[in-house]
Amino acid sequence: MVEKSRIMDSTSMKRALRRLSTEIAETNQGADDLYLVGIRRRGVPLAERIRDKIEQIEGVKPLYGILDITLYRDDLSTVGANPIVNRTELEEDIDGKTIVLIDDVLYTGRTIRAALDQLMDFGRPKRVQLAVLIDRGREHRELPIQADFVGKTVPTKQTEIIKVMLKEFDDVEAVGIFERP
Amino acid sequence: MKKPYRRRDLLGIRDLSPAEIVGILDTAETFTEISSREVKKVPALRGKTIINLFFEASTRTRTSFELAAKRLSADAVNISVSSSSLSKGETLLDTALNLDAMAPDCIVVRHSSAGVPHQLAKVSQAAIVNAGDGSNEHPTQALLDAMTIREHKKHIDGLEVAIVGDILHSRVARSNIHLLTKLGANVRIAGPGTLVPGDLASFVSDGLTVCPHVEDALHGADVVMILRIQRERQDSAYFPTLREYSIHYGLTNDRLDLARKDAIVLHPGPMNRGIEIASDVADGSRSLILDQVKYGVAVRMAVLYLASGSPTGN
Repeated sequence: MVEKSRIMDSTSMKRALRRLSTEIAETNQGADDLYLVGIRRRGVPLAERIRDKIEQIEGVKPLYGILDITLYRDDLSTVGANPIVNRTELEEDIDGKTIVLIDDVLYTGRTIRAALDQLMDFGRPKRVQLAVLIDRGREHRELPIQADFVGKTVPTKQTEIIKVMLKEFDDVEAVGIFERP
Repeated sequence: MKKPYRRRDLLGIRDLSPAEIVGILDTAETFTEISSREVKKVPALRGKTIINLFFEASTRTRTSFELAAKRLSADAVNISVSSSSLSKGETLLDTALNLDAMAPDCIVVRHSSAGVPHQLAKVSQAAIVNAGDGSNEHPTQALLDAMTIREHKKHIDGLEVAIVGDILHSRVARSNIHLLTKLGANVRIAGPGTLVPGDLASFVSDGLTVCPHVEDALHGADVVMILRIQRERQDSAYFPTLREYSIHYGLTNDRLDLARKDAIVLHPGPMNRGIEIASDVADGSRSLILDQVKYGVAVRMAVLYLASGSPTGN
């Protein structure tokens, strides 16, 4: 895949995550009962970073969890048979909590739909909010899902792919636009 | 990331690579969490149909497969031999073709003859899962045994595993010998001479020892796997009496003391208490017999998911 342009480097990513963390803390008036849930894979390290930053700002560590939405996908047959399933880990009951779902890119909204379905199987949160590092814009949305907190909105074509690169998986911290092969 | 298992059917452990076995076990591990939830169900196999075709009576295995299918939101249909057309003279092949025409995604089959799942796999469009075929294999039992061992010992490689009892008739033993030796365990076999097949040495290349006395197999073992005495097969007098079998081969606490202090005890069930296993061992702290049942559901969820995770079953 050819990278057409780089829209975030390590510094701008840090800045965006700092702003997202501040907005989440301000909107929810602190970190009490706040439950950050990262969506595998790249939502997980982003959720960890946001949790650390909220702890620095508020002095309280939000609750934390990981969702693996593989078994809730509606496109098992089109992504190829039997995607690898990983664990879902929620450190505490979600009933009555304010959940902030965290993912790297918001595109069609189907991943978030799957995550919401899964969350509801685990309990009844007080409310669920959505934070993403990159929003590809409403024109790509296939479901009525919007983010509450956005690091950067990037209008893209269907033929393009946005890749959030994190040191945990890619040895580099950046966001790039690639042409779909 | 590599996919753990790319086959359509699960016919036996013999043909699987160690990586495929580990892949199934890893997938099963992620499914254990689902059974501990309040809502024990995920939509992964919604719209898929799974037929449990059992030509031999089985409560535990059939229920385990049925629960596994339902926890993945598949529609499960149970067919037992007494209600099937086979009793009206239909051939096995015709039964299979008729079921196939109803377009199931997966058929789980148990039969008293070895090789039946393999035959069905040749003619069926559905994925075939072997739930036990004669004295040949019982792959999901071996997988759940391996999962139980892995959950408690954290590894399988290098473990000393004693398998005691009726090896000759045991598909559980065969599948376990394949699986455990492929994953690097040392397997010691012990049982009455009439119930230990002579060709075991050619069964696997290494990692297998046939012990002359049960005590030799148990000495220093990390895992003790006791096989059920198949009382229905004892017409041929493989040993004089059940009482004598119990005296010479039954697992008592005294015999278990020969194994390591942290040894675990497995039994595929149903147990003949007081014959192959003493009640105080079966109910003791080292017994993981109910854990095996628990992990059985997770293993079967993983197998059904991997076998029928796409519209074609491929």
